[in-house]
Amino acid sequence: MDRTPSFLQQHKQTFQRVGAVLLAILVWQVLAMAVGHQLLVPSPLSVLERLAGIWLEAGFWSTVWFTFRKIVAGFLLGLALGLGLGSLAGRFPLFEILFRPWAVMVKSVPVASFIVICLIWMSSARLSIFISFLMVLPIVYTNVLQSIRSVDRQMLEAVQIFRLPWAKRVLYLWLPQMKPYLISACSVGLGISWKAGIAAEIIGIPSGSIGQMFYDAKVYFNTTDLFTWTIIVVVVSVLFEKGFLALLKWLYGRLEKL
Amino acid sequence: MTDLILHNICKAYGEKTVLRDFSHTFPAGKRTCIMGPSGCGKTTLLRIILGLETQDRGTMTGRPERVSAVFQENRLFEDFSALSNLAAVCHHGDKQIMEAHLTELGLGDSLHKPVRTLSGGMKRRVAIARAVLAPGELMILDEPFTGLDQDTKKIVLDYLKHHTQGRTLLVVTHDPAERDALADEVLDMSPVPEGG
Repeated sequence: MDRTPSFLQQHKQTFQRVGAVLLAILVWQVLAMAVGHQLLVPSPLSVLERLAGIWLEAGFWSTVWFTFRKIVAGFLLGLALGLGLGSLAGRFPLFEILFRPWAVMVKSVPVASFIVICLIWMSSARLSIFISFLMVLPIVYTNVLQSIRSVDRQMLEAVQIFRLPWAKRVLYLWLPQMKPYLISACSVGLGISWKAGIAAEIIGIPSGSIGQMFYDAKVYFNTTDLFTWTIIVVVVSVLFEKGFLALLKWLYGRLEKL
Repeated sequence: MTDLILHNICKAYGEKTVLRDFSHTFPAGKRTCIMGPSGCGKTTLLRIILGLETQDRGTMTGRPERVSAVFQENRLFEDFSALSNLAAVCHHGDKQIMEAHLTELGLGDSLHKPVRTLSGGMKRRVAIARAVLAPGELMILDEPFTGLDQDTKKIVLDYLKHHTQGRTLLVVTHDPAERDALADEVLDMSPVPEGG
């Protein structure tokens, strides 16, 4: 009997995912038809039409690039500092105690409060960098600290006995130990950095940013643009997240082949 | 190189005394097999010599600055290849030497495979090669032949005899055949019966 799975069976998961997206669009379409007003709920077709044209408009790519580089810069800063501070706190318990109130504060204070406070301190153009950084920092810090705390004590003894120098300890023990924590932190941190960064831009309204486009769309009741820019942000953030995580995994793959 | 001398070593964990006034001289450059039933303090003794535990009382002299070890567990860097695991501890970093050692232990086909993909016996051999290649006049092997079949055990015994000449070896084993094949000296840690 031929037990070769059919094309449908082979790609069952893909079909299910595509089906879920199509169903969501259908629900959206039904909702738009039920409301019957583009100002309140634009139809998927009108948003699609806008999407097809918006990327050809002057200034589109510079707007996306403006926001992209700010949020990515904030994310990378948060990642770097979170790695450094998390390592320091994992190595020296005193640092963990010193950092604790800051970590608790950053995690619990609403992002809108930070945005408004920071607007007093810095220009709106830099706001999304700082807010993204601030949101990513505690996530990476907590994960790095957790990874250090959960290291296998037996492996610590082994590197102690074999007197591995500092660089080799990082390479052979700490980086592999951090791998799942770092991937998880980056996955969560990337999503949050985009959400918080865009929120900062909407409140700060730096000129030439995606946030400004959202603000303008709100002011002019252009709901179709609002939906269009939302989709653009989702697509850019998801693409960057996938790309960054793939890069991280590739780097780990290279490391393990050393 | 000097003898490793332990004098009146005592170690207890709470109420349980594991080593009581233990004294012994491990001759430099010789292989000593340590035997005794489970729980008699063999591993604790090795951990004290390795510097992973501190004795409650007693003195230890002649311990070289650098030691290498095969632990009861393999304690390898699982994501890295067998060769990388040796390179981690082998400071001269001569790849050909490392490859030759692994090949001698029957791991010639698995040099570049991540250790996590190797069998238990293969991992054990990587751990043994790592201890042999790591610098250190004193080598401590805690049940190094665990998980090895008879043929492989013979290969590893020959390998150890060939590559550890001149180094002080302390080997914990329960197998008289391993003892006979390897030991210059034997230390029996079996508790002396009451009144015996």
